[in-house]
Amino acid sequence: MTITILKPETTAQVTEAVRWALSAGEPLEILGGGSRRGLGRPVRAAHGLDLSALSGIVAYEPEELVLTALAGTPMATIRALLAGRGQHLAFEPPEGGTLGGLVACGLAGPRRIAAGSARDHTLGIAGVSGRGEAYKGGGKVVKNVTGYDVPKLMAGSFGTLTALTEITVKVLPAPEDTATLLLAGLDDSAAVAMLDRALRSPYEVSGAAHLPAAAAARSGVSAIAGAGGAVTLVRLEGFGPSVAARVAMLREELRADAVLGRDESLALWREVRDGACFGGVAADGPHLWKLSVPPAAGPSTVAVLRRTLDVEVFYDWGGGLVWLALPSDTAASDSAATIRSALTAGGHATLVRAPEAVRAATEVFQPLPEPLMALSRRVKESFDPKGILNPGRMYAGL
Amino acid sequence: MKMPVPDSGIIARRREIVEALRAIVPGEGVIVDENELRAYECDGLTAFRQLPMVAVLPGTVEQVSQVLKTCKAMGVKVVPRGAGTSLSGGALPLADGVLLGMGKFKRILDIDYANRCVTVQPGVTNLGISNAVAHEGFYYAPDPSSQIACTIGGNIAENSGGVHCLKYGLTTNNVLGLEMVLMDGTVIRLGGKHLDAGGYDLMGIVTGSEGLLGVVTEVTVRILKKPATARAVLLGFPTSEQGGDCVAAIIAAGIIPGGMEMMDRPAIHAAEDFVHAGYPLDVEALLIVELDGPAAEVDHLIDRVEAIARERGACYARVSTSEEERLAFWAGRKAAFPAVGRISPDYYCMDGTIPRKALPLVLRRMQEMSDRCGLRVANVFHAGDGNLHPLILYDANKPGELEAAEEFGNDILRLCVEVGGVLTGEHGVGVEKRDLMTDQFDEADLRQQQRLKCAFDPDGLLNPGKVFPTLHRCAELGRLHVHQGELRFPDIPRF
Repeated sequence: MTITILKPETTAQVTEAVRWALSAGEPLEILGGGSRRGLGRPVRAAHGLDLSALSGIVAYEPEELVLTALAGTPMATIRALLAGRGQHLAFEPPEGGTLGGLVACGLAGPRRIAAGSARDHTLGIAGVSGRGEAYKGGGKVVKNVTGYDVPKLMAGSFGTLTALTEITVKVLPAPEDTATLLLAGLDDSAAVAMLDRALRSPYEVSGAAHLPAAAAARSGVSAIAGAGGAVTLVRLEGFGPSVAARVAMLREELRADAVLGRDESLALWREVRDGACFGGVAADGPHLWKLSVPPAAGPSTVAVLRRTLDVEVFYDWGGGLVWLALPSDTAASDSAATIRSALTAGGHATLVRAPEAVRAATEVFQPLPEPLMALSRRVKESFDPKGILNPGRMYAGL
Repeated sequence: MKMPVPDSGIIARRREIVEALRAIVPGEGVIVDENELRAYECDGLTAFRQLPMVAVLPGTVEQVSQVLKTCKAMGVKVVPRGAGTSLSGGALPLADGVLLGMGKFKRILDIDYANRCVTVQPGVTNLGISNAVAHEGFYYAPDPSSQIACTIGGNIAENSGGVHCLKYGLTTNNVLGLEMVLMDGTVIRLGGKHLDAGGYDLMGIVTGSEGLLGVVTEVTVRILKKPATARAVLLGFPTSEQGGDCVAAIIAAGIIPGGMEMMDRPAIHAAEDFVHAGYPLDVEALLIVELDGPAAEVDHLIDRVEAIARERGACYARVSTSEEERLAFWAGRKAAFPAVGRISPDYYCMDGTIPRKALPLVLRRMQEMSDRCGLRVANVFHAGDGNLHPLILYDANKPGELEAAEEFGNDILRLCVEVGGVLTGEHGVGVEKRDLMTDQFDEADLRQQQRLKCAFDPDGLLNPGKVFPTLHRCAELGRLHVHQGELRFPDIPRF
């Protein structure tokens, strides 16, 4: 329903835009490249605040392990720059979008288990609050405990607190080599038991996933698609001699069936990261849910769901994530209730792909207990008392 | 350094407040005797002391909730306290406040290897967690130097770090779940055993909030498998610049060591005299680099680090060949503070972070300041992450020296901010660096942080006088200064 787009080119203009919106009582939908618009609930705003013109690297010093960029900088630009110096964002963010969108959505990939999420790597921010005030939080060094860690709060706040204009992230050396152990034909429980063994080993596993037969069959990596059944995956990364030694030891310990080398391993984990075997989050297709559960509770949660829902799954188990695909004609609010009632061991479920009308009618994010919801409302008010920024994107009234 | 003026009205009601607390925590859990209160009059920043009005030691979450709720109803301030090892005065009591001691919360509640996490009460020590899982080969990664004494609740309050943190992160990167009590007595849970908490990342804000937002009553942390091997290399350099260059070159080569620490000449000499670690005494900078991981990796990287160091002008290099030798390398570094204590009647430990490239400039300017004020300074430095710990040597018995040391310390922290760094890397703001906050943050930055405080504690009763240089009422922070008609932009598509 966006009618007009405001496209500021400077932080001062972002401030002007938010102040205009405040005075006019008109909420704004914050946009970067627009690639993450499908995440969260649709924003009911007649005006868009397009931050894509705020683009560019402000500072990058590889030895300091920090990079500062304007929020609208495309991730492709940042990836290429870092790759040129043998570095990366260690939390393995999915493809596409802008830095601002990535942080606002709090995304991460399968290296979540070893490297944390976007929040763990967001060191500093500058932006404009819903009060029309430009401010900054955090800092531009890797170790800082000065004042509240506002940058963490921004990660995963879906633009409901502040229109971010500049972000400083921690960057790390990219692994020199990578390899993946494959185990074929395990059921969910046996697979998770095996992954548990791998993750309890001292070999620094940086990815652990299980693709049941249907998900494996859709892989673009021939060794996976051709396995003819479920495939369980364990990733090892690091310096060449270290990867070689760890692969040898863990292969022996897990009695793994095969080892994928660098190129196939990279391709495979890109698929896991992007939920590619379900078509990725941005595409049409089945409704896609992402469950964050205590890792060991994954298979039992799925077993309960399989009894009542027509559901296909895969486990990004190192990250404690279970991805669920449900047919697109499912009544989403019913399945939401079913899925959430299965989370008896704790955790939460997020609807990450569904048409706008479905997302508007469903609790996309896990509803919060009332005391926590009340606190979250007060936090929102402290930044954006008039509900100008991305109203309703996370929860109704927030 | 000034604290908020005590409210004489509250102090006059002391008897009534004590009775209300006794109704919640019976027996010896409420302390009013002046001699017993003495134990709480300061934390690790001993330059500032203040007896609390009363101390209360609850033993259950329900009691914590009732204490806070009652204090809120009576308008009484509360200062939470763990083991009291804070170095920035974060647990400094208030003359008109209740000191809330969490020392009774000492139980380990759940060890869950399948989910690789441990749930504890906040009074469990940092090292206590690692010890509880050591027999299975696990440990808790953040390792503040005070880890034998400091509690995990205090670690949450301060977002504590340590030698391991360059590679394994700070407290905030290793906490999965919290239970906490807000000032109005509400008990909330954030996160759990899963990796990502839902909703706003309130855990991220609470961690490092220095006891201003709530009282933590339960903590779930990640545990990691111990690396198979650890080896350390001791590297000596003719100049600090070369030491700093070497650190940058190691990181540029893609190596993130488990620990990377630097000491300057005065610190090396003091440490060597104290523990006889075998440090070279003819170098200006000493670097300890520890590599941990699988043996094949560690061997490979030790060679690379040594080669990089030689290229960068190292005049001394020694690789540990046994666990005893590795520990001996660290013994000197870990004893650096007490070692410096032996060569000076008093010392004042500062804590600021700088971009590493600014190290030569900062060291040079520090020397100029030292020459000017006549106080010596020794430096230990978390080289990997740019966290400086200058130790300013002084004698409290000489009139004016304490003040001069504090002024010198403030100048060092302002210099850290000037070169692009921050006021504190791990000790917190507390009361110590409170009045310097305006050097790092402008008014709008601080206003927004204080509004966050209001979302948790609208009456400002929890640990007031810490972190923020000015106490504001939430109502005045809440004002919106934008009104229809004051704006110059009547139409929309302007940009």
